[in-house]
Amino acid sequence: MRYIEPHAHMVSRTTDDYEKLALAGCEALCEPAFWAGFDRSSANGFHDYFRQLTEYEPKRAAKFGIAHFSWLCINPKEADDPGFAREVMSLIPQFLKCPTVLGIGEIGLNKNTRNELAIFEEHVQLALDHNLPILIHTPHLEDKLKGTRLILDSLANFSKLDRAKVIIDHVEEHTVAPVLESGYWAGMTLYPHSKCSLDRAIDILEIHGPERLWMNSACDWGVSDPLAVPKCALQMKARQHAADAIERILYRNPLAFLRQSPRFTL
Amino acid sequence: MPSKQDLLDLQFIEARHKLLDLAAFLDRIDRHPGPDDYRFAAMKSALPILLESRPDRAKAILEALSDQSAEPIPQATFQGAFGAPQHSKSNIQHSKS
Repeated sequence: MRYIEPHAHMVSRTTDDYEKLALAGCEALCEPAFWAGFDRSSANGFHDYFRQLTEYEPKRAAKFGIAHFSWLCINPKEADDPGFAREVMSLIPQFLKCPTVLGIGEIGLNKNTRNELAIFEEHVQLALDHNLPILIHTPHLEDKLKGTRLILDSLANFSKLDRAKVIIDHVEEHTVAPVLESGYWAGMTLYPHSKCSLDRAIDILEIHGPERLWMNSACDWGVSDPLAVPKCALQMKARQHAADAIERILYRNPLAFLRQSPRFTL
Repeated sequence: MPSKQDLLDLQFIEARHKLLDLAAFLDRIDRHPGPDDYRFAAMKSALPILLESRPDRAKAILEALSDQSAEPIPQATFQGAFGAPQHSKSNIQHSKS
């Protein structure tokens, strides 16, 4: 089985995890910029992080035959200080020239604050200015529904936005329909306790269909499973999904979205 | 598409296990000293949704455990999330059926 892991935070994972991903059939993975579990003390911390994403991780992945791509931004958890956020954002354009950078992400909201929303909209404009796809994080737990609604309302104000080039990630049963009905792609994150279980993601797939939908592990420094995507494929098989349907959601769908960046080549 | 029987054969024991774990959690909180809080109240308020005849119980429970306000807040006072909003009783939307 071949698959694409479209959202993984490999800076937090061991080299052993790359080997496991390769053994499971992972041909490519994408790493959005995110929160490190603590707030960085300066924009220089992000400069180093962007170098890690664009220089070091692609080499580490290549040792196992996995193509590594990245998305850049300042994540919403550190975006509530707009001065700091804009300082970090000023670093991004120089890294957009790197050959494995696909777009802007994972931007979005965390606690649904005014400043988070302002920085989110500035990131969207940055993506539009550079004609880049966008990967959007939706908030956790009790904040997800409100945050998703705020994000959709905000995006509706960008008249030049190509909705097919935007994926709104971490959808669950209460947010998937408005995302898909608005014309965006939707990502289901297979993450213990706080996002989708394998079976709930398969339920969403069965109810809403495979159009503009992908699955990811979002494995990071928390309790998470870098093999969640192939494990979900096994569960799909147990629930009598055909091999072609499994390959569509694990491989052809992420390929179709990611290929909108000319840099995503396999 | 698998039948109900297929899915029961595949997943009943796992679902039974999760039901027992939830029951034991409720017992555990009741058994220990001190006040419970808005999260426990929100969970108990959402439990009747499980017995409603509707096709979207998971969605309804997620909505019941969601902040239903509409406006962005002025500033974050913390970065995390706790799984239920304050005053979450008002969020419960039970099915009419």
